[in-house]
Amino acid sequence: MRTSTEISTPQTVPRPARRGATEDQELRRLQGRIKAVARRWFVVLLLVAAAVFFIVPLVWLLLAPTKTNSAIITGPFAFGSFAQVARSWNRLLAYESGAILIWLRNSAVYSFSGMAIAIALGIPAGYGLAVTHFIGRKALLVTTLVVMIMPSSALVLPLFLEMNSLHLVGNAFSVILPFSFFPFGVYLAYIYFTTALPSELLGAARVDGCNEWKTFRYVAAPLAKPVIALVAFFNFVANWNNFFLPFVMLPSNNQAPVPVGLSLLLSSSPAFNPTNGESQSAVYIPEFALAILVAIAPVLIVLLVFQRALVSPFLGGSTNK
Amino acid sequence: MTMTRRRPRSAAGYAFVAGYVVLLIAFGVAPTVWALTLAFQKSTAGGGFAGVSNFVRTFEDYRFLPAIEHTGLYLLIWLVSLITLVVGLALGVHARGKRSSSVLRVVYYLPGALAGAAGVVVWLFLLDPAVSPIGFILRAFGWTSLNETVATGHLPYVFAMMAFWSGAGGWILVMYGALNTIPAELMDAAGLDGCSAWQLAIRIKVPMIRKWIAYMVILAFATGSQLFVEPQLVGEASFGVINPSWSPNQLAYVYAFQMDNFNGSAAIAVDLLVLGLLCAALVVVRTGLFRAD
Repeated sequence: MRTSTEISTPQTVPRPARRGATEDQELRRLQGRIKAVARRWFVVLLLVAAAVFFIVPLVWLLLAPTKTNSAIITGPFAFGSFAQVARSWNRLLAYESGAILIWLRNSAVYSFSGMAIAIALGIPAGYGLAVTHFIGRKALLVTTLVVMIMPSSALVLPLFLEMNSLHLVGNAFSVILPFSFFPFGVYLAYIYFTTALPSELLGAARVDGCNEWKTFRYVAAPLAKPVIALVAFFNFVANWNNFFLPFVMLPSNNQAPVPVGLSLLLSSSPAFNPTNGESQSAVYIPEFALAILVAIAPVLIVLLVFQRALVSPFLGGSTNK
Repeated sequence: MTMTRRRPRSAAGYAFVAGYVVLLIAFGVAPTVWALTLAFQKSTAGGGFAGVSNFVRTFEDYRFLPAIEHTGLYLLIWLVSLITLVVGLALGVHARGKRSSSVLRVVYYLPGALAGAAGVVVWLFLLDPAVSPIGFILRAFGWTSLNETVATGHLPYVFAMMAFWSGAGGWILVMYGALNTIPAELMDAAGLDGCSAWQLAIRIKVPMIRKWIAYMVILAFATGSQLFVEPQLVGEASFGVINPSWSPNQLAYVYAFQMDNFNGSAAIAVDLLVLGLLCAALVVVRTGLFRAD
């Protein structure tokens, strides 16, 4: 509010009444002022309403595992007990004898392997595009840009058709390798190396007898830690949340990552389909909510860790505030 | 940026990009080429050149146009809410003091952690009047069961709301970043000229970030046209109420997995791929936001 008040002062502060200023002008000034106040309150209201919309589902989700199924319905925003969280967790573990752990392991394997390869191949590629010159460089840059902006889900069925004809469907690499193809990371690295890396430094390294690889390995790469972290973050989150690709590529339930696991829970839980048997290990709302929280925990953790980096110049706009 | 950067023309460049180029060819170019090949073939075993018959046949499929219509309506709602609400909220957040602005940005962005399947499942609970904490709102609309809330006619709105919930925060961050690039002198000058906060927002800030707004709209359109996980999961939860080929991507999936028609699947996938490519090319060529040299 501070900023807007400052800015609007010249107009709204009543000037010393000039002789001859008609009442009409005074009235108009007053109207303008009322309008400005109304608009300001409208904006505040909008900001608060939006905050409520974004946060309420999260609060509900966070509280759900602390209660029994019926308590969730009667008191959706009450806190139950930690003992109930433990009970929910045990019931969730009992689902298909620990399927949730298998999904988490699968997700971790796919996401981290994909990320490791994306970094190992993408960062040098960004560097190569930025500081070396070779035939086809411009074409590679433009292709990278186009594929980066194109939604990755547009490639899922073509990838499936490709893997299917190569008989690679059901192989973990049919998910890991497409995950590691991350043009956005290459572009981020490219921008970083062209703008933030002093060319004198590279020149000095070469004078000191570093070859191209050593210059990258011992001079450029250590300086690029922030961008490596950023690429790792974006790639990890994209991999972890990806549903469509593993859903199509890995038909076996034992290979499902967490998002696909959630869809398996969905179709077997009596919470949505009462015809599903109410067995001892059935997954109801508390267990389901816990499964969702466990599913997003890794993303939430890296998100909070990288919070500062998220408002960095890489996301458009420098920080002059 | 230094313009006198030394670019040694050497084999080293190839070595640096080689690994990435292999990935680009294997998982970007090859699937595109293979989908194109299949789309123009009579059958997977080859079977000769089919011309555009796969495209015509999928287009005439009774499910194709409804899928386009569903997704089109969803996109319309989603894009309008992005342009009005995301820009409005970003302007509002930008005008706040440092502290409340950063709190709001985090709050808006947090649901981004639930992008995809997790967020859809949360909303399935919230939209089920029997268990929802906001059941009173749903019942006020006269909906008493999940199947009524997610009735076919409501789905474009439901998906737009889900997309807004998990995706708007990221865009608000981008818009906020763009607003920060507006020179402070410009804002001060406008303020001295008697510009009110409202006029400042509409006449100066919005025009200054219109490139980013265009970028957001094109990208959201491209992503939204590929809708898959939302209708798929809602379909699973509603047990047959929702058409399994609600969106074009789902129809392509049905062609491959239920009809064993890879050529038809490829034809629809190519339609969607071309759409995505066109949007991407538009962003690169027209907005000038991305430097390719």
